Amino acid sequence: MPDAGQNVSGLVDHLFRTSAGQMVSYLTRVLGPAHLDLAEEAVQDALVKALQTWPYGTVPDNPAGWLLQVARNRALDLVRHRGMAAAKSAEIVNELTRVHVTSEPDVRDQLRDDELRMIFLCCHPDISRDGRVALSLKTVSGFSVEEIARAFLAEPATIAQRLVRAKRQIREANIRFELPPAKELAPRLDSVLEAIYLLFNEGYAAHAGEDLIRQDLCAEALRLAMLVAESPIADPRCHALVALLALQAARIPARVDENGELVLLEHQDRSKWDRQLLMLGHYHLAASAEGETISSYHVQAGIASMHAHAPDPESTDWDGILLLYDDLLALNPSAVVALNRAIAVSKVRGPEAALREIALIQDDPALANYYLLPATRGRLLAELGEREAAAKSFREALNRKCSEPERRFLLRRLAECEL
Amino acid sequence: MATFMILLYGDPKNWMTMSPEQMQQAMLKYWAWGKKMREQGRLLGSNKLTDGQGRVIRGKANPRVTDGPFTEGKEFLGGYYMFTADSYDHAVELSRDHPQLEYGGTVEVREIEVMPQDPNA
Repeated sequence: MPDAGQNVSGLVDHLFRTSAGQMVSYLTRVLGPAHLDLAEEAVQDALVKALQTWPYGTVPDNPAGWLLQVARNRALDLVRHRGMAAAKSAEIVNELTRVHVTSEPDVRDQLRDDELRMIFLCCHPDISRDGRVALSLKTVSGFSVEEIARAFLAEPATIAQRLVRAKRQIREANIRFELPPAKELAPRLDSVLEAIYLLFNEGYAAHAGEDLIRQDLCAEALRLAMLVAESPIADPRCHALVALLALQAARIPARVDENGELVLLEHQDRSKWDRQLLMLGHYHLAASAEGETISSYHVQAGIASMHAHAPDPESTDWDGILLLYDDLLALNPSAVVALNRAIAVSKVRGPEAALREIALIQDDPALANYYLLPATRGRLLAELGEREAAAKSFREALNRKCSEPERRFLLRRLAECEL
Repeated sequence: MATFMILLYGDPKNWMTMSPEQMQQAMLKYWAWGKKMREQGRLLGSNKLTDGQGRVIRGKANPRVTDGPFTEGKEFLGGYYMFTADSYDHAVELSRDHPQLEYGGTVEVREIEVMPQDPNA
């Protein structure tokens, strides 16, 4: 069965980035969350050392082990130079000088465990919401401030501030490096899964498609979700989230055509969908079926699975999808869900019925700047042959914030209406 | 065919601000350059010099030993490659795409002089 290994299909092995996350997690455990900066510094130094050394000779047999050893030595230097509280520091020195071989399975398990604790640390409810995602990306995932900024279409200074604030919140709340105790587990897990879900959506949103960093976000979200799902504290929701992310990620290769233009689900070349990710998704969807509670991840994964099972758009089980959207709306009564549901309504009951659904939510403040509201209305009006009204909606969508590929897509739809 | 050496100068501070992913990309470029030279059968050897260490000895009667030479400038010699090429032009051509340049460093190309056994031959 699919393994949680680093090589999920199509996702290249990012040794440096992955090792950076593991090493920062390990050193944060050893040094304590208050010294996260020190852990990051030691890791950066270790990577620089590798970059300066490896090109001239051979790569070490165990590159990750080599990096970890250099990072530990560096951390030891830093601890000795910066002088920490004496009692704590003896313990730290002891751990950092202990013989440590990463090829041993128990050490690898320990590193995985450290990573998992690190995710829970970064997503602690005492840290502000935007800080959680940024901090997870920076520490567990080994992204730089600039990369996070690029992925989130934000200024590096903004991201840097979020990170500083998040680290301060860790110190002030004295958050510990541990898995949550049983009575806190459910809300803490909520917070972790939400951060991973946001991370994935940020990458999946069809922003500048040429920027690979955004696909990396999807890959990273999937990796983190699997890490959580395969840990002893996982519950069925965790598998549902993995299923959802894998099934969505499977469509990434088909979402853009050879000219870099967006392709809607119904026009995608389904042979381009990633089979391995589909398998992974269905494996975890089956695993998510245990237990009594249904989360919104379950329902969303169910919808994605129905699309995945249709060999062509015509055989899509829209009745089934609409029922799932009804469930999703009951679990999460938001205007965005209602808008997505309207598409399913149009397939089952026709565009007029869908337009009636949209009319109910069109003044919702949550959709006030959402280009997909007028874009969806335009699409339904165009289906009804109401070109003028459709053109008006597409023009309205163009006045709202959207990415370059989305803008070009809307312009093409608008041109079709103006023929 | 002659033997050349390229000396790579750089400022490690340039690396400190790179992300892990960028560092890995840089590493792959260095490897690719070495691989290109090996596959052409040109590469004779390469070595990295240790960081932050070095001594300079100066003077005739009582030579003075100082730390250096890296303390004098931002850029210091980090390592070298030895390879064969037809001429200086050719050696420069082969080194033009060395990633050291892309990452803000300097590449010095020098030919290794071979002393003939019999200068009259």
